[in-house]
Amino acid sequence: MADASVTTAGASEQSHATSLGLSNEKLGMWTLIGSECLFFGALISAYLMYYGRYNGQPEISPALYDIPFTSVSTFVLLMSSLGMVLALAAIQRGDDRGFRIWILSTALLGSVFLAGQIYEFTWFVEEGMTLTTSPFTSAFYVLTGFHGMHVTVGVLMLVTLWARSMTGRLTSAHADVVENIGLYWHFVDIVWIVIFTAIYLIPYEQATG
Amino acid sequence: MTAVPASTSTRSVPKLLSRPRAQTGMWSWFTTTDHKKIGIMYFVAAMFFFVVAGIEALLLRVQLAVPENTFLSPEVYNQLFTMHGVTMVFFVGIPLGSAFFNYLMPLQIGARDVAFPRLNGFSFWVFCAAGIFMYSGLLMGGLPDGGWFNYAPLSTTVGPDPSGYTTAAAAGGGAGELSGQVHMQRMLLYSVGLQIAGIASLATAVNLIVTVLNMRAPGMTLMRMPIMTWIGFIWSFMVLFAMPVIGIALWELMFDIRFDTHFFNPAAGADPVLWQHMFWLFGHPEVYILIFPAFGILSEVIPTFARKPLFGYTAMVFATIAIGFLGWGVWAHHMFATGMGPIANTAFSLTTMFIAVPTGVKIFNWLGTMWGGKLKLNAAMLFAIGTVAMFTIGGLSGVTHSVVPHNYQQTDTYYVVAHFHYVLFGGLVFGAIAGMYYWYPKVTGRMMNERLGKLNFWTLLVGFNITFGLMHFLGLWGMPRRIDTYAAGFGWARLNYIITIGAFIIAGSVALLVLNMLVSAFRGERAGDDPWDARTLEWMTSSPPPHYNFPETPQVSARDELWHRKHAVAHNGDYVRVPAGGSDDTVTHDEEHADIHMPDPSFFPLLAAIGMPIMGWALFTGGATMIVTLAIGAVITFGALFGWAFEPSAEEAH
Repeated sequence: MADASVTTAGASEQSHATSLGLSNEKLGMWTLIGSECLFFGALISAYLMYYGRYNGQPEISPALYDIPFTSVSTFVLLMSSLGMVLALAAIQRGDDRGFRIWILSTALLGSVFLAGQIYEFTWFVEEGMTLTTSPFTSAFYVLTGFHGMHVTVGVLMLVTLWARSMTGRLTSAHADVVENIGLYWHFVDIVWIVIFTAIYLIPYEQATG
Repeated sequence: MTAVPASTSTRSVPKLLSRPRAQTGMWSWFTTTDHKKIGIMYFVAAMFFFVVAGIEALLLRVQLAVPENTFLSPEVYNQLFTMHGVTMVFFVGIPLGSAFFNYLMPLQIGARDVAFPRLNGFSFWVFCAAGIFMYSGLLMGGLPDGGWFNYAPLSTTVGPDPSGYTTAAAAGGGAGELSGQVHMQRMLLYSVGLQIAGIASLATAVNLIVTVLNMRAPGMTLMRMPIMTWIGFIWSFMVLFAMPVIGIALWELMFDIRFDTHFFNPAAGADPVLWQHMFWLFGHPEVYILIFPAFGILSEVIPTFARKPLFGYTAMVFATIAIGFLGWGVWAHHMFATGMGPIANTAFSLTTMFIAVPTGVKIFNWLGTMWGGKLKLNAAMLFAIGTVAMFTIGGLSGVTHSVVPHNYQQTDTYYVVAHFHYVLFGGLVFGAIAGMYYWYPKVTGRMMNERLGKLNFWTLLVGFNITFGLMHFLGLWGMPRRIDTYAAGFGWARLNYIITIGAFIIAGSVALLVLNMLVSAFRGERAGDDPWDARTLEWMTSSPPPHYNFPETPQVSARDELWHRKHAVAHNGDYVRVPAGGSDDTVTHDEEHADIHMPDPSFFPLLAAIGMPIMGWALFTGGATMIVTLAIGAVITFGALFGWAFEPSAEEAH
């Protein structure tokens, strides 16, 4: 009957083994992640290039960053990866209850990170740092916003997995789906480590322009 | 074997957007997940845009035929040359590659379809949506007019004033005098339209990479794959890594234009050369993305009609991989004139000379394949040989660009225009036409007319060389590209007039090609499975192939598998022809293979694509209208993707 599997593409409709022994969906996710590296790489390059270009407003600079606050939200996001690992382990051993707890915790931690980002943006805007202030602020908002969009998509997918599990339509037979979404989630976390380092941990210099 | 028993259930419950099942009729084309149908649609769409961009080029040539012409206004001229370039690159070149690879790669590796059939449909519909979006400028403030590489700050500084934009009335531009808003609209079209097109290419790349890695028939090791498939594989990787770079550049451009950010605005301390770096970091791999399908086609056509295996298969594979890597290290040779300094200029000059080496390896491999072969000079082979010759000329003028002082002299002259038309028209278009004559019998089951084909070749060769060969001289005589007219006393008038005649010869020749295709579809003689006595798996199945490609998945034991099936080793060690029917597994066509499990059609790829231009058009409005339109587009696209993820297969839907 309506035991529709949560597949992201049609290949699982064909049941033969693949040449590499890896599912098409997983290989596709890895390929997509390879491409995503270039998306983020291009944005990070633009940010580093415009570091210190304050458009005549040197007070709008990395001095505004609240490093302890962002460190906490970074920690929250990284812990969500742990939740993802535990959720996958739970569904692989058929522990539906454990899966629901951990997948929801992961989504929650992701949401806390997003809330932190919204808070941070609001605060920056109140300080006068907007999208249109300088090349530096444009690059900052577009880079972190692009990452925030990725986290949002991830949270939506995690919540969907939770809802499917609650209605009994996601079982240990679909552990590979959880694993693929997990790959995406871990990538979004790992790329944040790079972004966090590039944005918050590199000591800032005084205005050059 | 791949066959699994079909479900026995037959009762179906009607449901909103229930999974479609039809394999014929108009709707089957809108919902298809069959890589062959999608390949055909890609081809037809690419040919449509080829004709559109060709007509644009003819209008440009009419304007330039005589000095001080007033046939086109400068404003219209700018839009036409921009759209000629954008259309040819993004809506002809890339989709032609998608068309050939989509149709052929699964057949050549013995697969029934690509890895993600619905994603494949999605790619095609998104590409169509991007084309419609780009040309929707005709109904708004006009088409993009900043050149296909659309340098900042020309593309950003005129006009963008989002605060004023939402309140002021959208005043149209007078003759030659562009209002900021019109300019902004045109650049938004460019930045958003190409982002949408990029999504399509990216999805194709992911799909084909996974297909090649995972869907090969038993025994089809990587080094037994037909070279067309190998080149398509590398092509996919280049698309996979190049599209994000232009994607982000366009994303930033979009923010600059619409939301007044400062990515490329020098007045705010930003560096407009960043756009050039990002554009060409995409743009140079892109020229290899454009030419690779032609390389693949040549590597199939030349061995078949030289009656020899491809000379240096391994060298060809590694040369392709080498180009795939080196293609990332040469981008700044498009930017010597920006003043990067002697070290950067020297480095990019050297890498540009290096990349000619693997390309040269390919040329020599094709020559080596023809050397001593029994050449069969039909239309497909003539076009293939024409490609080798014309591409070599284009490649050599490319090497002259790598010499920096020489480059300074030629930058932005017609010499550059001549160069890239020799590699793209002489390479990509000639190569693609060779592929059309070669695979047309497989796709339609009928042969194309040979006499028309040869006439097509010779007229195109003559028209092409008149048009673009003479541009070398114009360039060296100092005629800049992208000027809408020129004074009578510069000495450019006579050549320009002859070039315009050449352009119309090309147009006539392309009309012959289209006519040949249309007429042959009905009148052509029946082709049979293997009309060319070819070597690769696609010729093993019927023409046109059944929707499941192969009744039984072929077992592969050699490179040039089909050739080996047609030949056996005699006592003296020579290969001898096996009589027809002597092959160990004859392909049967008559049975109905009901037990083969094929991906079902789906509405969702089309639906997901429809939302994208709606989101794009939202950016042309402001305030609440923009939010609402964005939301409508997002609901359509993401709703369709959501439905897609949970779509049951046709049997499960009962």
